[in-house]
Amino acid sequence: MARTIQSLERAAAMLRLLAGGERRLGLSDVASALGLAKGTAHGILRTLQQEGFVEQDPASGRYQLGAELLRLGNSYLDVHELRARALVWADDLARSSGESVYLGVLHQQGVLIIHHVFRPDDSRQVLEVGAMQPLHSTALGKVLSAYDPVAHSEATESDREAFTPHTVTGLADFESVLDLTRARGWASDVEETWAGVASVAAPIHDRRRMPVGAVGITGAVERVCEGGELGAQLVAAVRDCARAVSRDLGAGRF
Amino acid sequence: MTTTGTHGQGPFIAAIDQGTTSSRCIVFDRDGRIVSVDQKEHEQIFPKPGWVEHDATEIWTNVQQVVAGAVEKAGITAADVKAIGITNQRETTLMWDKNTGEPVHNAIVWQDTRTDALCKELGRNVGQDRFRRETGLPLASYFSGPKVRWLLDNVEGLRERAEAGDILFGTMDSWVIWNLTGGVDGGRHVTDVTNASRTMLMNLRSLEWDERILASMEIPAAVLPEIRSSAEVYGHAKDGALAGVPVASALGDQQAALFGQTCFEQGEAKSTYGTGTFMLMNTGDEPVQSYNGLLTTVGYRIGDQKPVYALEGSIAVTGSLVQWMRDQMGLIKSAAEIETLASSVEDNGGAYFVPAFSGLFAPYWRSDARGVIAGLTRYVTKAHIARAVLEATAWQTREITDAMTKDSGVELTALKVDGGMTSNNLLMQTLSDFLDAPVVRPMVAETTCLGAAYAAGLAVGFWPDTDALRANWRRAAEWTPRMDADTRDREYKSWLKAVERTMGWIEDEE
Repeated sequence: MARTIQSLERAAAMLRLLAGGERRLGLSDVASALGLAKGTAHGILRTLQQEGFVEQDPASGRYQLGAELLRLGNSYLDVHELRARALVWADDLARSSGESVYLGVLHQQGVLIIHHVFRPDDSRQVLEVGAMQPLHSTALGKVLSAYDPVAHSEATESDREAFTPHTVTGLADFESVLDLTRARGWASDVEETWAGVASVAAPIHDRRRMPVGAVGITGAVERVCEGGELGAQLVAAVRDCARAVSRDLGAGRF
Repeated sequence: MTTTGTHGQGPFIAAIDQGTTSSRCIVFDRDGRIVSVDQKEHEQIFPKPGWVEHDATEIWTNVQQVVAGAVEKAGITAADVKAIGITNQRETTLMWDKNTGEPVHNAIVWQDTRTDALCKELGRNVGQDRFRRETGLPLASYFSGPKVRWLLDNVEGLRERAEAGDILFGTMDSWVIWNLTGGVDGGRHVTDVTNASRTMLMNLRSLEWDERILASMEIPAAVLPEIRSSAEVYGHAKDGALAGVPVASALGDQQAALFGQTCFEQGEAKSTYGTGTFMLMNTGDEPVQSYNGLLTTVGYRIGDQKPVYALEGSIAVTGSLVQWMRDQMGLIKSAAEIETLASSVEDNGGAYFVPAFSGLFAPYWRSDARGVIAGLTRYVTKAHIARAVLEATAWQTREITDAMTKDSGVELTALKVDGGMTSNNLLMQTLSDFLDAPVVRPMVAETTCLGAAYAAGLAVGFWPDTDALRANWRRAAEWTPRMDADTRDREYKSWLKAVERTMGWIEDEE
């Protein structure tokens, strides 16, 4: 038999025990049912409690299954739910930055735009909800590739087409762009997808800290960049927006 | 919501929204951007089936708390706030003792149907249109006049106290303004033209209380507030977080949304998509009588300028139909998922859903109708039904815009939308397809509070004129029609056939 991890087996046994009918069990019930020392049982229960798999009744001190177990079964975040939660924050980002805002999620080999707020001037603009953007060259795509392992393998296994002379196409160079993105918490695209256009994006996390999407602004390079660098205020506004949406989805402060 | 550090240093305008389920205060900056929000819910009291009441004392306590909360969150003081604007749930009726400030009864909420029989009685031989020419409204249980009459008839000794001049009547704007400006200690007993236009007691042309209607409803004039414009300084806040700040606007919630959407030109319209939907169209400085089941109401009046009138159509069941799909049918887990389910098919598969859960409202007004899902075949899936649910909201909007065009002679050029359902992209596109007109969402979702803030800001010169407000309006998204005319016409015909099938379901109305 292959080597197994004893504490995981014990944790699984505890969950099965607590799942046996609608009941709450005290520490000594759990320990004796599984033939464990109280201290050992308590350590495992406390860990499960921290992860949300077990809850402790504050009055009786007894344990029961936690809400997190239910959520595990249907963990998929509906993209329309994400848009509804992001709406207010995306509007505010458009107003404070003066640029158009895009919200994207991974879809097949690219970024699917699920929300778009117009640049707040009176110019004619077309709603781009439903459009696809490349993963390797856009700010949204780089954020997703940096944080979401599935997006990462899609981007690294793709051809990484050169859309402009600035597009990063080599694998090692691309990986270091993603390292930088993870280190500073945001990604940029300065004329790497479209000439004259720059963008900044940051990741949106859900309550389990899973990367569920990216939000960013896009605008003319001369407005978005100051002396070749991305405007620090714009970067801060994008990151604030991403954090606000993440908080709305239940992610803790980070 | 917190400040992002990109707002100016003020000054600011504070808006109080005394709504049906909660009271809120929002602080806005000069660009019309939200600086801070505070909100508190109040109890919904259901003494009997069909009765809905609010504790007005609780509401006033909450209003004081949210004002203090919003000011604190914004990190500002009363000196930074140039004016306070009020918007409120419309028609909800309160009477209180002017010597003690104590309500004589819970407020009777607009949804309360206890005056149904009284309204029939008041219609006499004429029926529900008895006061329509003067007030623009049909005799229905929503409006305040019959609720006042009910209180006078049912609270012991109230009529005598009212005739002696000890009792004040008001909608929630009056209650908030009276308390803000000092209550028993010099509080101003006023209401604005938009709220007054929902009492069924005001003449739409003279903008004064109608003596003939007061006599018919047996309401003593002594209880009535003074009718003022929607944007002028009524008084100053006596104490609390904003002591000394001018109280400078009042607008019913839907009219405030019309103002916040800057629908200042004749023919401009807004539609607010929440649990139900309320659509208002600016018809200029003349009231337009409706022959197609709409209400005629005052849109707003700025100071001593001419009043601006509006036609109003409401849809009872829109967001609540999505909730019904979630809670009663269990077909979706969250309201937003309706779009996911509906997007999984190309069309409605031939199914049409008419949610006449408590009868058909504008433009039909058929209380004998009940909900119908028509056109079912073995082919239809839950995804088609989800699509039919969204289409129901869009078709009902179309029916109201058609009625507005017939009554006003003005074609809708674009529809400005707000409310929670505007996050539903498929619904917004469907709306544009069915209306054959662009649908536009503004950047600030809180158009109701924004409208109250705008009116208050105009009254104190914080903004110079309505052009400056228009300049603040920002388009966040726009949907344009993609459906060909033949498809639209064919689908509309099918919808109308489905509507027909809802009628006459209830055989005996009692």
